[in-house]
Amino acid sequence: MADLLERDSFTELHVGVDESLARAQLRRQIGRLERELASLFAEAFGRVELDHRLVAVAAEPRLLDLGELEGLRDGLAAQVSDARLTLFERARVETDNRELLRRMLESPAEFRWVRVSRADIGEPGCGAWHSRPRLGLIGMLMGWWRVKVSSGCPLAGRLAAVER
Amino acid sequence: MGAAGDGGRPAGQPVPSEGTVSAAVAAEFPGLGIAWVEVGARPGKSPDPVLRRLRALSDRFYGAHAIQMRERPIPWAYRVFFRQIGLDPDRTRTPVEQLALDRLHDGEFRSLGRPADALTIATVETGVALRAFDADLLAGGLSLRDSAPGEALPERPAGLAQGTLIVADESGPVEVLFGPEPGRCAVGPQSRRISIAAIRVGGVPQIAVEEALWMATAEVAEA
Repeated sequence: MADLLERDSFTELHVGVDESLARAQLRRQIGRLERELASLFAEAFGRVELDHRLVAVAAEPRLLDLGELEGLRDGLAAQVSDARLTLFERARVETDNRELLRRMLESPAEFRWVRVSRADIGEPGCGAWHSRPRLGLIGMLMGWWRVKVSSGCPLAGRLAAVER
Repeated sequence: MGAAGDGGRPAGQPVPSEGTVSAAVAAEFPGLGIAWVEVGARPGKSPDPVLRRLRALSDRFYGAHAIQMRERPIPWAYRVFFRQIGLDPDRTRTPVEQLALDRLHDGEFRSLGRPADALTIATVETGVALRAFDADLLAGGLSLRDSAPGEALPERPAGLAQGTLIVADESGPVEVLFGPEPGRCAVGPQSRRISIAAIRVGGVPQIAVEEALWMATAEVAEA
């Protein structure tokens, strides 16, 4: 009866269990999850920050036992899941921003002073679309609104000139 | 096509020696291995051709490479291995990722002299993890194994935790596998022969290991 109550240990059940296949399987799963996480990390870079760090199981390199490998696999799986969710939510925000930009380009006056950057729609670079009045104050009074597209990232030479 | 030596090896290239992996470790990591070549060289400032190659490598390595690196098969294989031995590859970085990070931080691959520059070039080009040892301080061949009770390293006189994965020679531990410390057989100013060792993990093709060793050897031996 005591053997049956001790459920976490195979030794108490007096049965020989080869855990090596289970460890090999877990290592394969860790490899697959690590690849997936790397892919998601690359996809998210520059768009949204992903928490891709997992606390080290050991201070020094060593062979991990079944429980440690399981914990590692579960931790990676949770991170992959979180990363997918974060990316999904980011993609939704970017889609909404693209829709906002489309409507803003169609009727700038309805989106006064709204600014959508390239980062907001998931594009690389420093450009932005800004709904501004034509001819400044006169445009504001007359309702002459337009979307102005910025010229992108500042050139290195210009930045250097500013620093001088 | 250049002349080829035995087994398709380019003529004049040294034959890497294959080290052993203890049965317990090999059973868990079938692809794990260590191979090395010995080359006569004095440590010191790298010669101009090596410095030029280092600069050229810096010029064609960008941030995008660093981001995409972990998706490439060989760097990925090392990341996975680090995970599997309990290390966090974002804290204890794989050799190639550490070099990539240093490149982005410093704006270039900084010259650290011979043989470090040779290892940098070969590691960045191939992704394979390389180490350099003073060949005259090594006793016999290299091996990978888990540490036995009571074994220690000069920088860890209190002893290694039992089961720590180590690079060893016939006289005992040389260094902790992928450890930060230079270990017992580190290359110093008095070194005259250098052993360049490649640590292969599962998923890294043998041809990449040999290429890394040949490349590093050629750079170290550059007159």
